[in-house]
Amino acid sequence: MAVLSDIRIDAVAPLPARASRGYWGSVLRRLMRDPVAMVAAGVILAIVLAAVFAPFVAPGDPYKGAMLRRLRPIGDALYWLGSDELGRDMLTRLIYGGRLSLFMGVLPVACAFVIGSTLGVFAGYVGGWVNMVVMRVIDVFYAFPSVLLAIALSGALGAGITNAVVSLTIVFIPPITRVAESVTTQIRTRDYVEAAQVSGAGAFTIIRVHVLGNVLGPIFVYATSLISVSMILASGLSFLGLGSKPPEPEWGLMLNTLRTAIYVQPAVAALPGAMIFITSISFNLLSDGLRSAMEVRS
Amino acid sequence: MLLYTLKRLLYVTPVAIGVSIVCFLLIHITPGDPLSAILPSDAPLELQMQMRAAYGFDKPLWMQYALWFWKVLHGDLGTSIATGRPVAAEVLRAVGNTLILATVATLIGFTLGTFFGFVAGYFRDSWLDKLASALSVLGVSVPHYWLGMVMVIIFSAQLGWLPPTGAGPGGSGNWRPDPEHLRYIILPALTMSVIPMGVISRTVRALVADILDQEFVQALRAKGLGEYGVFRHVVTNAAPTALAVMGLQLGYLLGGSILIETVFSWPGTGFLLNAAIFQRDLPLLQGTILVLAMFFVALNLAVDVVQTALDPRIERA
Amino acid sequence: MSAVEASGVAPERDRGGPAQPLLSVKGLVKHFGGRRDWSGQRRGMVRAVDGVDLEIFKGETLGIVGESGCGKSTTARLVMQIIRPDRGEILFDGEAVGSPALGLRDYRREVQMVFQDSYASLNPRLTVEHTVAFGPWVHGEGRQAAVARAHDLLQRVGLAPERFAGRYPHELSGGQRQRVNIARALALQPRLLILDEAVSALDKSVEAQVLNLLLDLKAEFGLTYMFISHDLNVVRFMSDRVMVMYLGKAVEVGPSDVILKSPRHPYTAALLASMPSMDPDNRTREAPLFGDPPNPIDPPPGCRFHTRCKFAAPVCSAREPGLGAEAAHRVACHLADPSSGHPGAVAA
Repeated sequence: MAVLSDIRIDAVAPLPARASRGYWGSVLRRLMRDPVAMVAAGVILAIVLAAVFAPFVAPGDPYKGAMLRRLRPIGDALYWLGSDELGRDMLTRLIYGGRLSLFMGVLPVACAFVIGSTLGVFAGYVGGWVNMVVMRVIDVFYAFPSVLLAIALSGALGAGITNAVVSLTIVFIPPITRVAESVTTQIRTRDYVEAAQVSGAGAFTIIRVHVLGNVLGPIFVYATSLISVSMILASGLSFLGLGSKPPEPEWGLMLNTLRTAIYVQPAVAALPGAMIFITSISFNLLSDGLRSAMEVRS
Repeated sequence: MLLYTLKRLLYVTPVAIGVSIVCFLLIHITPGDPLSAILPSDAPLELQMQMRAAYGFDKPLWMQYALWFWKVLHGDLGTSIATGRPVAAEVLRAVGNTLILATVATLIGFTLGTFFGFVAGYFRDSWLDKLASALSVLGVSVPHYWLGMVMVIIFSAQLGWLPPTGAGPGGSGNWRPDPEHLRYIILPALTMSVIPMGVISRTVRALVADILDQEFVQALRAKGLGEYGVFRHVVTNAAPTALAVMGLQLGYLLGGSILIETVFSWPGTGFLLNAAIFQRDLPLLQGTILVLAMFFVALNLAVDVVQTALDPRIERA
Repeated sequence: MSAVEASGVAPERDRGGPAQPLLSVKGLVKHFGGRRDWSGQRRGMVRAVDGVDLEIFKGETLGIVGESGCGKSTTARLVMQIIRPDRGEILFDGEAVGSPALGLRDYRREVQMVFQDSYASLNPRLTVEHTVAFGPWVHGEGRQAAVARAHDLLQRVGLAPERFAGRYPHELSGGQRQRVNIARALALQPRLLILDEAVSALDKSVEAQVLNLLLDLKAEFGLTYMFISHDLNVVRFMSDRVMVMYLGKAVEVGPSDVILKSPRHPYTAALLASMPSMDPDNRTREAPLFGDPPNPIDPPPGCRFHTRCKFAAPVCSAREPGLGAEAAHRVACHLADPSSGHPGAVAA
């Protein structure tokens, strides 16, 4: 999908030698001076908090519908953001929907981060034919456009949240592995790694002390840029009926079931997608801001 | 050049084989008896036995793969459970429609994207840059299936200017470039173009900013080269990468068209995939995915070769 | 006072006594890359080090000079066992490296290296004290003890621990970073220290300070140095003996004042003459070296220097001159060998 092809792998570089004291501290400070990123962070925080505290924040019950009060418009006295095709309160469903949508968006990236980093750092450090074999296998999965791979895996495994998360995790492992391998290979030839080898340290110690600290940062930032893609894909899977199943509130699924309502209550029908959009763009802006904060212009 | 192409072909072949293995395994990861994946459950017993023998489900896995691969090489992608027609025929019919849609979308996206990217890169850090960059971030972040819905709401439901679904009047199965069909492609293509627009815009902006930053541009200006000359210079330097990205985007759109095609009921491979998923028609699913993936691999190879041909600086091992 | 006694090294670590060289290298060869042609032979390889012998005696400093590409850094890395030699043997105090008597891990406690790029040699995420403490910690010392040792070493290289121990590399100047590198190298208490262009990247004034520090440390700890540089002045200042390398081979070896005042190899002479002269009465005239440096993939036949040598004769392209044995000042040049058949060779 979009962003996966966008990120040039060679543009992800390991931390420059000018890492600052309390490196992450100074990155955070720079980030806080970026107004766009801060607004994005605020939006994400609001959505996450609303989702976590949904029972306290939402006005109604996400599952209870009233057929007589279907498809009320936005601004209705009872349903502030309208009601859906089964008469359920949209505001409530959107808030609760954040839970599943965020979960299905973030978890695959988190899992792929762990698995992909391990694979990539290992392949990058060991080098040689091990590296070649691992990266070629990764290439095979990379040879699929991500949407297609997600759908293929989901379609084969069957609908359901677990299967969707598994498919998406598999989709995101290759790009993360590639970035991890690339960064590790660059670090590996640095003098201080050589010096550590000269000190007689074993491979695991060197990776733990010298490599990981310098490598995980860039990989992490890259992974955060994948969250927005993951959310869109996860919701997309639900939109196609491959992810969550009714009556669960989830933004992609809601878009699907409200499709027929676009002629009756177009604004209401478009709401879930707007939530996906807002969340996705916020993650993108935050990730961009993070990357800028990490870039040291010499 | 030819040597490079051959080398890349050699490099790509194991990947292509790997892709086919993944496609082959798709049937085997589905829960349940693989036979139920290719035959409706009420098929007559003798047909079941026939299929079992033909696919070799009792044989070891690698042999099954070999059998399947052999059939694929002969153009036999299996038979669709739902329609009973050969999968290859269905896919071939659908691929044309998707190709047209994806190509139009990519071209629109490329045009708009390079324009925004250039503006942003040239007038870096000005309000123009911020605006253009904002547009590209939007392009990259928007869920395109939602955008499609919104477009339908605005242009079909509310304004009634354009048809909401289908590729032609009366639900025609194929799109043809004639005035009647023209209206049908506008909304889906525009919706689809948003993604490549965003990606290409970002890429071009980075490229242009990079090139302008380089010292030799300043040297050129110091020598008295006019703005137009600098501009041409930037274009020639940015072109190979920009074109490569465009090619890749075309590939992504080809493979990822399912969401838009679902929204607009566009009779392409994506729509076919959708139907296949719903009807649990695994031969159709598998066949379509195989074709699309191979297309993507071939496209990547083509982009690679063309990019190297255009950019003499790239030296590949 | 013997060299061993003069050195502060605990006598029990010394194995062979003062006469035995601390480091003895014979026939060291390293080729990189290349492809196999139809006959199975490797072709097109970079012959970085092509048969080098050297010895370093206890307590001395051996300087290695040469232009870029001559193989000095590769030699250092081979001695350090960062890369494996294709051929050749390396003996440390009489023991072969890698043999049961001297495993690689033990060898690491005997030989250490200071790299050229002070920035890149330090992990930007570790504080100075942790960088220095890493080596001892890896070899079994407890964290506290390792850090304490690190503080002690920082003190000795002139960086007050109270001010510097908790700093990160980017907070230090080039000279300070190099001191940290030296402290790190000494943390494992090696007997031989390889300095690969260790001061080349520093400003002149800082360079002087670091060189003096190195001399002090050598006396204090009884170290032996292999000092690699392309700067002849620095080499003259630091070294007892000098080895001149060209295209992967040693061309002249001898006491530093002798070689640098009266060189016998045309290349050494040319190197010396190419140093800009500070003496107005003795200006540098023509460029003493002509021709392009040949590339190490395809060295010229015979004597490798003959394509750029003023004194080249037919025998020079036919036969490669050897370095000669035993004498304190050895030269690989037909001119110096009366039996070579070179018209200019002087009879002994």
